[in-house]
Amino acid sequence: MTQAPTLHMKGSAKIGDTLIFDALDLTVAAGQWTCLLGSSGVGKSTVLKLFAGLAEHVDFSGTFGAESGPLDGKIALMAQSDLLLPWLTVAQNVALGARLRGEASDAGKVASVLDRVGLADKSKSKPSELSGGQRQRVALARTLMEDRPVVLLDEPFSALDAKNRARMQELSAEVLEGRTVLLVTHDPAEAARLGHAIVVMTESGAQTVTPPQGAVPRAIDNENVLKVQAALLARLREDA
Amino acid sequence: MKSWQAGIASTLLGLAIWQTIVTLGDLQKFILPGPVLVAETLWKSRVIIIENAWVTLSEVLLGLVLGALIGGISAIMLASSPMTRALVRPMLVFTQAIPVFALAPILNLWLGFGLTSKVVMALIIVYFPVTSAFFDALIRVNPDWLGLGRVMGAGKWRVMWHIRIPAALPGFASGLRLAAVYAPIGAIIGEWVGASKGLGYLMLLANGRAKIDLMFAALIVLAVMTICLHAATDQFCKRFLDRTDA
Repeated sequence: MTQAPTLHMKGSAKIGDTLIFDALDLTVAAGQWTCLLGSSGVGKSTVLKLFAGLAEHVDFSGTFGAESGPLDGKIALMAQSDLLLPWLTVAQNVALGARLRGEASDAGKVASVLDRVGLADKSKSKPSELSGGQRQRVALARTLMEDRPVVLLDEPFSALDAKNRARMQELSAEVLEGRTVLLVTHDPAEAARLGHAIVVMTESGAQTVTPPQGAVPRAIDNENVLKVQAALLARLREDA
Repeated sequence: MKSWQAGIASTLLGLAIWQTIVTLGDLQKFILPGPVLVAETLWKSRVIIIENAWVTLSEVLLGLVLGALIGGISAIMLASSPMTRALVRPMLVFTQAIPVFALAPILNLWLGFGLTSKVVMALIIVYFPVTSAFFDALIRVNPDWLGLGRVMGAGKWRVMWHIRIPAALPGFASGLRLAAVYAPIGAIIGEWVGASKGLGYLMLLANGRAKIDLMFAALIVLAVMTICLHAATDQFCKRFLDRTDA
């Protein structure tokens, strides 16, 4: 993995005539988790799509990117849906990037990332044989396999049940350590647990909120985490 | 009742109704022969029927395979390039507006009265359902899969080969199932317009000589052939999709 870069985005975005966000000024610090929190439709996924280069339909005016140069080939993406290909095995899904680039896949590395997410025994299974939590762990393994310095997470835990969500948050924080992570979420608890930095995106703009102290992932029942969570929720509700 | 039992019962019922109409209506055998007579003719003329059925089956199978192949490739080309789509699609729609029946004499003129013109007829009639079903499926592939592929740095053709085509195989299969039923229509029309072999030719010949029992025998063989072809295609698609798990 190359050095994790700092990302920035400054500007406004429109789709057709509809303003998605205006005068956004966002910095995603190198090697840290930045949580972009906001209600549905506030444009947080658009921010992520712009960084990922998947926003041809968005009319963006301003600047965004990494300080260190172009983002091509530096990004891995993980979404709410696991996006596993049903006709491939778990191991083949994890190695999808190599397959799509026409490279030989490194079987040893596949085994090691699957081991890291606790699915070493499932490498030959098809996605349909796995639970929702396991599938999302395969998606995390696929993200790790790409070994990119920047990881964009689009509500990757929101479709999981409470137990699996907490476990996935902890696992992701552990295995993605040292990378520049932008997590888009609508869950204040998640932002309070995982963010080295927290940005609340509302219709009136983006505001930075001081995260709780302590290393990530923070305990769910930590007093400061709960306080920040409550403050974030209040901030979100003000907007509505 | 199991499905095969239901099938047999339904066939027997159909035959009984047929025989009743013939008996009660006191119909001449050159108007509507009864099932018993048709069965007798089917057995007596089995050699000539099998010879001609073999010709029709070859035409149908060749047309089906070629139509599926060319249709599949067309769908991939259409799905991969908006330019091709813009240029070729209106042409496709226009050609579909021409009744295949009207093309048969021209094809006979161009390709002769032999096998080729019938294969091409079957091919043409098979081409559109295959192309259209496969193309629709290729276009409707989950856009998030395509986005993931792009973020991973995949080129257009690798995304096509590794994501879009496998994801769209069920669409191709449903086009193929339709095609299996359509292909015999193309071959028979071709034979009607001009041929010296095949079930379509045999039916016209029998009709001209008032051998309606032979015509019915040929018709039944054709129907059974089509049903078997559809069932075989269905099995093929199921196994293929099971194996690729799409």
